[in-house]
Amino acid sequence: MMDKVLLGDNQFFAVNHMSDEKSREQAIRFKDDATIIRVLDQAREIGINTFMCTTHDRIANICDYLRANSEQYRDFKIFPCLPYAHKYANAVTELGIVGTIKQYVPGNIFTTFAKGGIAYLSKDFIKLMEIFIDAEMKMFKGINTPVIFIQNVLVDMILGLKMYDVFKEYDLYIRKKYNSEPGYITMNLPALLDSLNSLGIENPIICSSINKIGFRMSGGRDIYEKYLTEKTFRPIAMQVLAAGALRPKEAIEYLGKFPKIESVLFGASSKSHIQETKDLIEQYL
Amino acid sequence: MKLQAGIIGLGKMGLSHAAIVSSHPSVEMVAVCDTSSIVLDAFKKFSKVNVYIDFIKMIDTEKLDFVVIATPTRFHYKMVRYALEKGIHSFCEKPFSLNISEGEDLVALANEKKLVNQVGYHNHFIGTFRELKRLLNANVLGDLVHFSGEAYGPVVTKEKGRTWRSDPEEGGGCLFDYASHVINLIQEIIGRPVKATGSQLKKIYSKDVEDAVYSILTLESGLSGVLSVNWSDETYRKMATSLTILGKKGKIICDATEIKIYLKEANPTEKLDKGWTIKYITDFAIPVNFYLRGEEYSAQIDKFVDCVIREKQTEINTFKQALNTDKVIELIILDSKK
Repeated sequence: MMDKVLLGDNQFFAVNHMSDEKSREQAIRFKDDATIIRVLDQAREIGINTFMCTTHDRIANICDYLRANSEQYRDFKIFPCLPYAHKYANAVTELGIVGTIKQYVPGNIFTTFAKGGIAYLSKDFIKLMEIFIDAEMKMFKGINTPVIFIQNVLVDMILGLKMYDVFKEYDLYIRKKYNSEPGYITMNLPALLDSLNSLGIENPIICSSINKIGFRMSGGRDIYEKYLTEKTFRPIAMQVLAAGALRPKEAIEYLGKFPKIESVLFGASSKSHIQETKDLIEQYL
Repeated sequence: MKLQAGIIGLGKMGLSHAAIVSSHPSVEMVAVCDTSSIVLDAFKKFSKVNVYIDFIKMIDTEKLDFVVIATPTRFHYKMVRYALEKGIHSFCEKPFSLNISEGEDLVALANEKKLVNQVGYHNHFIGTFRELKRLLNANVLGDLVHFSGEAYGPVVTKEKGRTWRSDPEEGGGCLFDYASHVINLIQEIIGRPVKATGSQLKKIYSKDVEDAVYSILTLESGLSGVLSVNWSDETYRKMATSLTILGKKGKIICDATEIKIYLKEANPTEKLDKGWTIKYITDFAIPVNFYLRGEEYSAQIDKFVDCVIREKQTEINTFKQALNTDKVIELIILDSKK
């Protein structure tokens, strides 16, 4: 069972869907890793023990700190979300796909595939995917990561291209190598669940936008509500405040209509705000 | 019967278009074309589409209703021309052409053949920029005094080796890549620039191409404003594009997430108060059936497909509009050499 309340990391890395100006303020506020750790500690003090985060370079520093203080963070869990997409998107545009592979897994390419190098790899995409997952997961070594997600840009790209077998291989590898539950972040919940079910992946963990005004819910609110009511899966709600368009109370009250929702992912940086959101989630979910 | 579609060029934009086109309920993506064997191998292994190295062979073999061309700009002319000659509707990535006479040739051919033609200036499918255009047409700012069009982002943030992005002959610099978006927004929302002065193309980290573009643009109406674009600014997490417009009755600042309106007097027709009113993208986002990286990318393909189905020319992002932007790019280049 996942925790009901998951703290996200957007607020630490200047991601704000409503305002570029707010995102700049966040970049200034969270320039030190210590400021991030302080917010994590405040969240723990009020009983939030799961941090769902990207593989941003700075998360590696946070992980170092957690390992160095492992006793104190014994019950703390991280849900990693692979990969930190902007890193690769910028690289692909600039260096091309092969260039990106070279840039991000240089050691592995030549040790694992000394003979054929990249030419060999291009014939073995599954191995390539596994190498990338391992490279991204390295920073979490020794930390409890019970669920490992693929980010929405990648999930939705694979979904759009109908390369569904990639999900199957991902699912297998995460279970086998990390003994964790695979998770999927998407902006296209109904289509994703259908594709996973078609592969025989049952009751998957899916994190998607769920909010009262249908913001970033592809296909519209009605079909999301139908899936949340009728289908079998383990939903995590994100973007519940619709980038700030909804007040917390009405936003979370809406989620209460769907008992299937297991967890709510939200990002907040002040203790009072975190406490308020957590109380609402516990009241309505 | 679904429309049959092909994609030429599978870089970041091409892959994104492929995913969006492939998910469109009225379209079957039947073929893709690229020169990278690793990308084609992935399509062979994981999807059912036909793969091609040669776009001519793809167009000749498949029965395509439309193509999406997302190759570097220098290839656009021969690819778009071939598709149009074969009677295939064409969606082309921006910037449209590196050479004005080639661009004019394509505009004429598309019109002669009555084929749907659209270019990927996706900002016009972002709700806030649409709202800005509507407000300006409703004259909420009165006589315009000045504008600034800006875009900043972290594409080239250190000195490094050459890529296609660093080749001026391939349209690899900040002017073609980032600034073209802003010029096109100015052109379609405020008015068409006809003169560039004080233009500067500045190299920051790149050796061969500009990383920043600064220019004063004068529009057909005589209104002038500033273009300020820099893709080597790592204080931005991703590309941030904005327009600021100053009029006698107030000011509007608009970007992809919000639109901030300041009025000296209330405007009851538009229900805008005196002073600041801030509206958010949540009120203007265009609903889409499939989302990847932003609704604007799906919305522009939805529009294009709709026009193909209805055999009706689009009014947003036509080849002709994109060519006008190419002409402004040329004005800036010429002015910068003065």
